Amino acid sequence: MTDKEIIEKINTALAEEFELDEASMLPEAHLFDDLELDSLDLVDMVIVLEQTFGFKIREEEEIRSIRTLGDIHAFVIRKRHQRLQSS
Amino acid sequence: MHRVAITGIGIVSCLGNDIRSVSTALREGKSGVVVDPRRIQLGFRSPLTGTIANFDLTFPLHRKYRKTMPDFSVWAYGAVMEALRMAGLHPGAIQNEETGLIFGCDSSCRAAVQQVDLLKKHRETKSIGSGWIFRSMTSNVTMNLNTILKTRGACWTVSAACSSGGHAVGQAADLIASGRQDRVICGGAQEINWETVCSFDGLGAFSTRIQDPGAASRPFDRDRDGLVPGGGAAALVLERMDRAHGRNAPVLGEILSYAFSSDGEFLYVPSRDGLKRAMQQALKRARMTPSDIGYICAHATSTQEGDAAEAENIYAVFSDRCPPVSSTKSMTGHELWMSGASQVVYSTLMARDNFIAANMNFTAPDEHTKKLNIVTETQHKGPETVMCNSAGFGGTNSCLILGFA
Repeated sequence: MTDKEIIEKINTALAEEFELDEASMLPEAHLFDDLELDSLDLVDMVIVLEQTFGFKIREEEEIRSIRTLGDIHAFVIRKRHQRLQSS
Repeated sequence: MHRVAITGIGIVSCLGNDIRSVSTALREGKSGVVVDPRRIQLGFRSPLTGTIANFDLTFPLHRKYRKTMPDFSVWAYGAVMEALRMAGLHPGAIQNEETGLIFGCDSSCRAAVQQVDLLKKHRETKSIGSGWIFRSMTSNVTMNLNTILKTRGACWTVSAACSSGGHAVGQAADLIASGRQDRVICGGAQEINWETVCSFDGLGAFSTRIQDPGAASRPFDRDRDGLVPGGGAAALVLERMDRAHGRNAPVLGEILSYAFSSDGEFLYVPSRDGLKRAMQQALKRARMTPSDIGYICAHATSTQEGDAAEAENIYAVFSDRCPPVSSTKSMTGHELWMSGASQVVYSTLMARDNFIAANMNFTAPDEHTKKLNIVTETQHKGPETVMCNSAGFGGTNSCLILGFA
């Protein structure tokens, strides 16, 4: 899966879970201010990402520092690369 | 003390998802009872249940709200929006400290079961999801409605078994009468699913008249064989009468009195004087005599002991001058937490649309119920005063007197 495909997959999953308009899903979109997510949504976002990509997210500190959609893209891409390297 | 006006009503029930269709069903004596095949597979004695069909929100809810709401909480929202619209209240008019929110509810069982199932499946709490804690709390209706409607006064849920809805309406009326609130959005809500009634079914309390679901709930009838569980959501807007007049609101009726009592006896068998004391107290508080009551909307659920006890209690108050009596549960089944509030909505509809609903499926009385004046066919004249009885496990009773003159 290319990075572009990963980003598309993330956006599709989040759009479905949070009923987001895909046109608003720009990398610089702030999760709280622009996409109107809240701290409860972050709990569900972790579940959605885990189910979509089949990995476990243990980096709770890192998740808490995520601010934009682009941060999520970078986090997932990095996590997949780590998995590929370790497998 | 202030007078308390009913200025709006709304309902989602097995008879229909708006007041218009529900009023028609009540007048025509239609039943909302069906067979749930899943309950047969699960080993229920009775698969009979009320059901909410084709429910669609007229006012869409953002997914942020839906996430923390079980289905019956969404029904309550639908009923409340209908009531607010009827009362002519726009959102800004209720976002103040003078407007409160009180609902009757005594469980959110399915959500509690589902969150446990999710934990067993995923083996870690962070995979359960964020909405379940809110969905599974008994107060989920009022907590969710408060964040949606943005009312700023009273906000809590009354848990009193099957009289929860009656006490919720009564307490709402009391808060207005005493001057502590100008307006209270109140009602009752009840989930419909097998999880919440499975152990109740095991007690043998439900009708097993499976071949004829519409005839299964037969309050006061000699051959009654148990209740049919149901549910939905009923909502009312109560307002201080002078405030309602001040804004030229439609006044549908008035809460003339609310009284409560408890049996102090058995857990699940109603006493011979608990409801009587509530009825007598309600009459006294309204400065009325039994002859002032034009119709009794009974609690009667179609159980042998419960209906017999209510009949004796009514007789003890009204003696041989019993006004017309019917139980709308003959059509809806027992709406449990919601029923005390839905009776007020149903009675208000009868007054507004000029009829008294029949006690369906009543063919013959027993030695207790023969003492009552049971309405066997729809009467085409609305009641001017109504007494609504409600009783719950543990022997908690509520009695409301409504005026429509």
